[in-house]
Amino acid sequence: MDSDSLFFSLELVAGSGNTVSLEQKAALQTSLVILKKNYKFQRVLFWGKILGLKEDYFIAQGRGQDELRDRKYLYSFNCMDWFLLPAATDSMASEVSKAARGRFIGDPSFVYERVEVNRKSEDGAAEDGVVNKVKEETRLSVTVHQIDQEVSVVPRGSFIRNHLGLVIVNRSFTGLSESESRKLDSFFHFREPKNPKQRFVLQNGELNPAVDFLDVLSDDVPKGSWSLQFEFARRVLVLRSLLWLGLTFYHLPRTPQHGYVYFGDGTKNLDLPFML
Amino acid sequence: MDASNETQDRRQQRMQLAASFKAFLLKNSTESNLNLYDHLTQLLMKVMAEHPHNAVDVIEDMSRDVKRGLFQDMQSTLRDLPQTTAAELLAEQQCLLFSRPEDRDQEEELVETPLPNVSEIGFNLEQAGVSLGREEMQRIFLALKQLVESQALPRCRLWGKILGTESSYIVAEAECREGEEDGEQSTDEAPEDEDREAETQESEMDPLPESTYKPPPVVPKETTGTGANKFVYYVCNEPGLPWVKLPSVIPEQIIVARQIRKFFTGRLDTPIVSYPPFPGNEANYLRAQIARISASTQVSPQGFYQAGEEEGDEEDEVPRDSYEVNPDFEGIPVTEMVESLSFWVHHVQHILQQGRCTWMNLTVKPGEESNEEGEADEKEEEPDEPEPEVGPPLLTPLSQDAEMFNSPPWSSKLSSTLTSQHAVAVLRSNLWPGAYAYTCGKKFENIYVGWGVKYAGEGYIPPVPPLPQKEYPSGADITETLDPTLEEEQVLQEALEEQQAAQEEMEEAEEEEEDDD
Repeated sequence: MDSDSLFFSLELVAGSGNTVSLEQKAALQTSLVILKKNYKFQRVLFWGKILGLKEDYFIAQGRGQDELRDRKYLYSFNCMDWFLLPAATDSMASEVSKAARGRFIGDPSFVYERVEVNRKSEDGAAEDGVVNKVKEETRLSVTVHQIDQEVSVVPRGSFIRNHLGLVIVNRSFTGLSESESRKLDSFFHFREPKNPKQRFVLQNGELNPAVDFLDVLSDDVPKGSWSLQFEFARRVLVLRSLLWLGLTFYHLPRTPQHGYVYFGDGTKNLDLPFML
Repeated sequence: MDASNETQDRRQQRMQLAASFKAFLLKNSTESNLNLYDHLTQLLMKVMAEHPHNAVDVIEDMSRDVKRGLFQDMQSTLRDLPQTTAAELLAEQQCLLFSRPEDRDQEEELVETPLPNVSEIGFNLEQAGVSLGREEMQRIFLALKQLVESQALPRCRLWGKILGTESSYIVAEAECREGEEDGEQSTDEAPEDEDREAETQESEMDPLPESTYKPPPVVPKETTGTGANKFVYYVCNEPGLPWVKLPSVIPEQIIVARQIRKFFTGRLDTPIVSYPPFPGNEANYLRAQIARISASTQVSPQGFYQAGEEEGDEEDEVPRDSYEVNPDFEGIPVTEMVESLSFWVHHVQHILQQGRCTWMNLTVKPGEESNEEGEADEKEEEPDEPEPEVGPPLLTPLSQDAEMFNSPPWSSKLSSTLTSQHAVAVLRSNLWPGAYAYTCGKKFENIYVGWGVKYAGEGYIPPVPPLPQKEYPSGADITETLDPTLEEEQVLQEALEEQQAAQEEMEEAEEEEEDDD
């Protein structure tokens, strides 16, 4: 969520149970402004909090010119000192998926080790043990990147792609109406579009290429992996992801207020098909 | 006379000119459908009403304003149909929360009420990083007050919030009134009718094979006020909506709830489709999960509660199920609470493998309980005489909680590192994500805000269905054997012939002996 709206938007996502304590909120408001100046970001967002066994990570995201592609992540323990996370690459992702298991510990230099055993002969004599190691910092970077890729949400019309191909904030976005916000169709994934479904020609007449260039949320598999509710005396629309438990998106209908935040332990809910 | 005629004619002419000019003025413009006559009328009315300073200088602007103002007068004949939004419906119901009954005296309210101080709890929880939103907590507070008044509960507490896919539940824990019992007991009368029918049929025909299947004995549920049913739980979807009482929990439901993993939908009558089949609908599943969460994660600082009056000998390991508030409790300093887990104790009884808090021996007639000394924490298979299951006794410190999935079961921290003198010690459960406990001085509180599922480690593996049962006992008279081959039959025949021949010889020999005699 935007650091400018941190004052009130944390209240709106508090329905999921987690929030940031007053002291931390005050520290965030100060440090995010300094961060924006130092790194020369266009906008700084408070991305969320990943809970570890010993310590919790606060994650912030800085956005550059192109909102979709210029994204940098930073983490901190005390909301004041921020460290840059390395950008996640595919090789890092495969390392993490082999080695890291269990919860986050809270120490960025902690090394996860896992021995991959290949049984070559039948009697098990020649067992080749490949030791996969990965640091927690790498795991953090990959996890944050994955969450953004899979479950970051924006309402339709809030970002537009201009003639240069840059994705920018739509200044004339006045918010979704009540009836529009009840449908999952009006929300997009905020990531490079993968276009899982082809849109029919009849539907294409209504779509606006400047606005509808992202993937729609209702195309997610399995159906039902999003929980759409009206909270806060039924005034605020809240979308919760069931795939990454802890991601909450809020939108106040008929106003341009929207944002998402993640409070959780950074593990994907692979049991989702059993649980629906 | 001519002069008057002339003036009359001239007057008439003038009138005619005036009328035609007026008609000209009234002619509607082809472009804007306005006419000059109306426009000038309105302009002059405006000047009359406003009396502007230097009217002649601003008359052109006023004329333009009049023209512009005309466009707003057009109204469509369609009127907006007011649609009541969901927010409006809820707001009407939530109005009741804020209404104050007039017959309540001021003095009565100052007396100690069973209502907890939710505002204070909300503030402390916010320090800990758990919150439902300040206004929402206030609404929940008022809804709890409504609950206490309507049900006349002796004691009530906010237990927490369970999130669901369509809607969430706010859960309140209460002590039930004395003398109140659940009138719901399902008696199985239907199978008895079926047995009777089967018997009459059997007497007419050949006896059909009877099934030797005996269902395992049902573990009886604990009465309201003891064990897992110690408290009664009320839920509602939003504060302001009526509270619904959840049914008591049956041990079978707890056993199945341990094996399944489901999200809540937010409607209490949703059926739970799962394997193993859950006996009940979402209300029962909710109650079972609440019981499990309470048993695992409700903790208090050591010394806040002390054991109740001890009944019987100390050698008899009767599980303690009562505790009292310790009047001499002085708070433990917050830093110590954070450092070691031994300062926190469970104050809710552990639920045994059987699904109850006190073990019930099923092989004996119900009513007898064998309280032999069993091993702690180890459950064994039931031999001829079942070993009683014993869980950790009440008020055991958390340092004895088992580690699961290579991670400690609790994480603790101070709420603030900068002002640690006034900080709150926060304990977070790693087994049930969403369960928090905090303590500050002499006060403590537990709360759960989450999805109602336990941390499952690597992944959930649903239980495999059991092997198919044998249709019939396999014995010698049923098992097929191969028919003897030709060689075998010949061998057998030769053997028989030899035997017969030998026997005939023996008989001949005996006859000869008799003849000899």
